[in-house]
Amino acid sequence: MQVSRRSFLHVTAVAGGGMLLGTYFEPRVSAQQPPAPPPLVPTAFIRIDRDGTVTLISRNPEIGQGIKNMLPMLIAEELEVDWKSVKVEQAGLDAKYGLQTTGGSRAASNNFVPMQQVGAVGRLMLIAAAAKTWGVPESECFASNGRVYHRPTDRSLGYGELAATAASLPVPDLNSVKLKPASEYKIIGHRTVGVDVPDIVSGKPIYSIDFTLPGMLHAVYQKCPVFGGKVVSANIDEVKKMPGVRDAFVLESPMQVGPVMKSDPGLEPGVAIVADTWWQAQSARKKLDVKWDEGPAAQQSTEGFAQRARELSQQQPQRTVKSDGDVDQALKGAAKVLDAAYSYPFISHAPLEPRNCTAVFKNGKLEIWSNTQQPARGRALVAKILGIPEDDITIHLQRAGGSFGRGLTSDYMVEVSAIAKKVGTPVKLLWSREDDMTHDYYRPGGFHFLKGGVDASGKIVAWLNHFVSFGEGETYAPTAGISPTEFPSGFVPNFSIYSSVMPLMLKTGALRAPTANSQAFVFQSFIDELAHAAGKDPLQFRLELLAGAQPQTYNPARMRAVVELVAEKSGWGKRTLPKGTALGVAFHYSFQGYFAHVAEVSVNAKKAIKVNKVWACGDVGSQIVNPSGAEAQVQGAIIDGLSELMFQEITLEAGRVVQTNYNQHELLRIRQAPEIEVHFLKTDNPPTGLGEPALPPLLPAVCNAIFAATGQRIRTLPLSKSGYSWA
Amino acid sequence: MAIELTVNGRSTTVNVPSDTPLLWVIRDVLNLHGTKYGCGIGQCGACTVHLGGQAVRSCLTPVSAAANAQITTIEGLSPDGSHPLQKAWLEIDVPQCGYCQAGQIMSAAALLTKHPNPTDRDIDDAMNGNLCRCGTYVRIREAIHKAASMQSQHQRAGAANHAAGTAEGGL
Repeated sequence: MQVSRRSFLHVTAVAGGGMLLGTYFEPRVSAQQPPAPPPLVPTAFIRIDRDGTVTLISRNPEIGQGIKNMLPMLIAEELEVDWKSVKVEQAGLDAKYGLQTTGGSRAASNNFVPMQQVGAVGRLMLIAAAAKTWGVPESECFASNGRVYHRPTDRSLGYGELAATAASLPVPDLNSVKLKPASEYKIIGHRTVGVDVPDIVSGKPIYSIDFTLPGMLHAVYQKCPVFGGKVVSANIDEVKKMPGVRDAFVLESPMQVGPVMKSDPGLEPGVAIVADTWWQAQSARKKLDVKWDEGPAAQQSTEGFAQRARELSQQQPQRTVKSDGDVDQALKGAAKVLDAAYSYPFISHAPLEPRNCTAVFKNGKLEIWSNTQQPARGRALVAKILGIPEDDITIHLQRAGGSFGRGLTSDYMVEVSAIAKKVGTPVKLLWSREDDMTHDYYRPGGFHFLKGGVDASGKIVAWLNHFVSFGEGETYAPTAGISPTEFPSGFVPNFSIYSSVMPLMLKTGALRAPTANSQAFVFQSFIDELAHAAGKDPLQFRLELLAGAQPQTYNPARMRAVVELVAEKSGWGKRTLPKGTALGVAFHYSFQGYFAHVAEVSVNAKKAIKVNKVWACGDVGSQIVNPSGAEAQVQGAIIDGLSELMFQEITLEAGRVVQTNYNQHELLRIRQAPEIEVHFLKTDNPPTGLGEPALPPLLPAVCNAIFAATGQRIRTLPLSKSGYSWA
Repeated sequence: MAIELTVNGRSTTVNVPSDTPLLWVIRDVLNLHGTKYGCGIGQCGACTVHLGGQAVRSCLTPVSAAANAQITTIEGLSPDGSHPLQKAWLEIDVPQCGYCQAGQIMSAAALLTKHPNPTDRDIDDAMNGNLCRCGTYVRIREAIHKAASMQSQHQRAGAANHAAGTAEGGL
């Protein structure tokens, strides 16, 4: 790594005689990820004070998945410091840290080696400083627990005593450092408690919504109930007279509503109300009377989408996503043919902390405090919409009260920035829960029209899927697409996926395990149908299917192993269950993770469901960094999947989102939370992430269990539509 | 109007309309940000505080209704984060995003006052009004059991000390 001595010393000076070092790296990620990371600039991840205090900087936004533990743990391991003595600090957006996006379950794969390298480089520089101080060869020195030791003389110096000297030494090339083997890990692989938990349990103001500045005002922003509707007129003068209101104004926007929306289309028009307190702003809003030009989106409805989907399913598909063999011929020759229509709804992210953001605009410069998952993208959008150079925008990262993909888009950052620019004082924008639920980037709904055939020996010989989704021409609405590699693609000789799209004038976006969270339900349920049609045990049927070809995107041996593990752990086929209780199995590969779940489900005569237990088995490579955080992600994914399964559905009537709060878009409650058993299969593969891949198989595992218990096949979500409820 | 409140043992006077939800007085007037806004309609429990020892949803409680009672927020549960629930939450590593956890802990604290040794059923009944979007329910149950056992050990130790002290005094 090339580090100019000057900039290195400069940052060192900032740290008060301590030491700063770092690097950046970041290969290009997938096409769905934001633009390439900022240009390479040396960065700082380690700060050592003269008193020996070690502070490690966590570069990624923390949205509740433990990144703020994992990244510093990786540094600390190689730096040779005691985890309990380490302080952790959240980085703000700065090019010196490289890519600072939290999403796509990529924190583990993007950071596992580089963060250890950062720690190793720090250790080597401290050893070099000690060797220089003592006038001995570096090879006679070693580091342990925050000190460097000289082996022959048993002398030692603490990191605090060495930091200033270390900062004056050349920085070793990151890729030249040798990392320790897993057998020597003292921190990686050991349970650590979330670094912010002491603050969380004592109510410290650490979230975005808690951030305050002196003289800060509070804002609400009223948008049209129909996406993209424009303000024709509003009783601004009347609203301005309400108690505590300091200002009220219309924000106009050139944003155009079209048949396929970009993932972050910019500012939506609306009315801002700025007051001394949020409650005053929110109360004044009740007096607000806006005449809207609702625009073309007012024609949309959930009913209309379903009708159009049925029409499209009867027509020639618009495009071919994947075509292997001859499906029509194979269906004709099949011993049994199944025909099924599946659908799933739009759903909302609904993190418990509603969208909020604080900003101040002063002397042409904008400063923002946000819970965003993608600060660089947020800054770029704000810069573009408001015409402020990116260099004049500073972004601080605040802990997010959940996100699940919501913070990948930056609409709320743009809104508060526009308001701050207008009012000139610090201002916090807080969306009400109703704003949050009715102006989300929704997980898109979808429709699948399937045909499948099994031969006399019970093998799948044909699979046809006409996927009806949203978009225009060759473009899908964000996260409304389908992959040509969706399993069992490549495992069935005659396999086709076609798609057709209809326009959608609504924002959609990534919700935890985007596309996988819906496709797994369809594909793993239909595989289950084919297993039963073939008269085979659904788990054995899957293992046989996985024994097929070797597609490039997916290692069937890894999936077979987790399926076999979950069979063993759940006692599949070996336990006698009471009538009305059954097991269901499903697996799915997404975000580099292999997961198979078994759900034990009881269903009574009134269609009341109890999920008794879920066994979750995953393979995310050779090393779990923090077992406590890793298990928590899987437990959370199971609960999240159950929430999506039973009630969650966003519907549109006359272009308006009908559901406005948690009573209409429900989350699972503790009473329904099943026992969850989590197992990780360690394999000789690079470590990958856990934010997402444990969710997708949960939904089909439960639906397949319901079928096994009752004989009723679930082809439409949420379950409440078929008369089910929680017991 | 001027309303006198006692929050975490301290008396204070706030000047707000009497129908202002207690939540927004706590957050934006008293600047205690541990109590969270989640839904505003009593569905999520993130705003749970104690009013006269009872767990209530501060988003639905008009400030006027809180005037003559002791209000306890997460900041006042213990002076130093040493309440058994806070210790158990830390030990079990309950939070993910953590946003709901102040409300969870306040509901759990009210439960432990009524049921020092709650069953899973008691826990589910008492905690069903507190949503956790991250899905930490399994650990919440575990942590409440843990806190209950810490509390009862503490009480047994306290009772033993008390008994010992009495005996000594008798001599």
